[in-house]
Amino acid sequence: MNPAALTLHAAGEKLRSRELSSQELTEAVYRRIGETGDRVQAYITLCRDAALAQAKQADDRLKRDGAAPPLLGIPIAVKDNFLTRGLGTTCASKMLGNFISPYDATAIKRLRDAGAVIIGKTNLDEFAMGSSAENSAFFPTHNPWNLERVPGGSSGGSAAAVAADQCIAALGTDTGGSIRQPAACCGVVGLKPTYGRVSRYGIIAFASSMDQVGPLTKEVRDSALLLEALAGRDPADSTSVERPVPRYSEALSGDVRGLRLGVPREYFVSGMAPAVERAVRDAIALLGKNGAAVEDISLPHTEYAVAVYYIVATAEASSNLARYDGMRYGHRAAGKDLNETYRLSREQGFGPEVKRRIMLGTYALSAGYYDAYYLKAQRVRALIKKDFDEAFQRCDAIITPTAPTTAFKIGEKMQDPLQMYLSDIYTISINLAGLPALSLPCSFDQDGMPIGMQIIGKPFDEATILRLAHAYEQATEWHKRKPNL
Amino acid sequence: MSLTREEVQRVAALARLRLTAAEEERLTGQLDAILRYMEKLNRLDTTGVEPFTHAVEVINGLREDRVTNHPDAETLLANAPDKEQTFFKVPKIIE
Repeated sequence: MNPAALTLHAAGEKLRSRELSSQELTEAVYRRIGETGDRVQAYITLCRDAALAQAKQADDRLKRDGAAPPLLGIPIAVKDNFLTRGLGTTCASKMLGNFISPYDATAIKRLRDAGAVIIGKTNLDEFAMGSSAENSAFFPTHNPWNLERVPGGSSGGSAAAVAADQCIAALGTDTGGSIRQPAACCGVVGLKPTYGRVSRYGIIAFASSMDQVGPLTKEVRDSALLLEALAGRDPADSTSVERPVPRYSEALSGDVRGLRLGVPREYFVSGMAPAVERAVRDAIALLGKNGAAVEDISLPHTEYAVAVYYIVATAEASSNLARYDGMRYGHRAAGKDLNETYRLSREQGFGPEVKRRIMLGTYALSAGYYDAYYLKAQRVRALIKKDFDEAFQRCDAIITPTAPTTAFKIGEKMQDPLQMYLSDIYTISINLAGLPALSLPCSFDQDGMPIGMQIIGKPFDEATILRLAHAYEQATEWHKRKPNL
Repeated sequence: MSLTREEVQRVAALARLRLTAAEEERLTGQLDAILRYMEKLNRLDTTGVEPFTHAVEVINGLREDRVTNHPDAETLLANAPDKEQTFFKVPKIIE
């Protein structure tokens, strides 16, 4: 077996037993990128020399330390919106085309402390705005299962890299589904933790009340191991929460007996591909057969979530992206006065989707519209959160599809932003409510494209959704399929 | 209600964005369609509902009043479009 195809936990075992070195593993990953990278285009930047130096350090430690931590020596890809000291961080934008990270994001620092090997920075929709990775200012990423399809987004490069064995695992960020939807499109596992579980320090801000860091992996156990390393309070992020970090990998009992699962009727409506509905219903039936209690529930404000999200997220984005003024970093154009310098810098630096969202958010926050849009949206957001609070009095987890369809064709939705926004219909409520949720493969459609199932948990109860996902994974074979690249 | 071209120009000025005439026209149509979609929120009575503020309860974090600035000005300045010594150099602000 090609070592690049290993899961994180299996690679870790081989490293600790000295059957494989981190340098061999890292070389195998770069070889795989060399062979298949042109077709998938998952990476914006590769850092081979630095990675091999980190791998050598890991090997030195592995020689001495038989009980080395699970991430030691593991090659990991990082979405290009995490600051990674000394490396470029572009956010797939011309605005940051030449930006070199002056420091590490907290998530990166934690990976480094755990001994992980950072191999490169992956493609995304510009500033993480999009559902297909087509909004990258540089190039689109292709879905490893079918190169004419999108990998999903915005963490499309990370998801494609995991699916194509161009890394062992990856990091992404999720503001409205940007980890889970690409995970579903590419047939991998993607976990968005509870808001506040992982520090946001050093990730480039999009919508600060919803942005969250999480793993994309080949199997559920790998996500549990990564979350153990990433989670925890960080004084540099005031919204990160002081709470003990459980040993998530110890929650993977394989047993779902006694768990109560809610299936929200509002998530099974028209617009969903029949193959997606069938797959998710079958998965729920399997969990029921294995001892979980399944019950229909209602989340009555679901239909308003897309509207709420695209007001709140764009409002926060318009405010966060005001910092790109061409003064201290980023692109600066030559204007005849200061105002023109701002406007030209931003015109040239931002792509169409980013401009659209800045416009929408600025409009929603502007005098005369603030109450009608922003404040109204925040009221409805409170109702969406309340729906979940009530549902979680009766169930331990909620199961839905991750996306209404499998990966669509490149170019298919680029002319119609609203249609693109609607591909997030099942994921965004979770960010609005700050909950943890995970996507994992639960079947393939008639065209051989992966289908994702979403498991939503109570705040800070990542352990239960990981346990459920792991039990389902162990009872099925979907995660063992590989794209034929 | 339908979004006008003048409103798009006003918002672009607020956002410090310059738009070409073609962009302006395309955005007027696209934003109008998105805003119409958002009008569905008006069907919902939210009287007495407090606006959402925080997903999780956050307690004010206190720390010692100690300087924790980035130690390396040179690294930070390396990204500046223009600089002089240890300063960011910016266009003239006051005429």
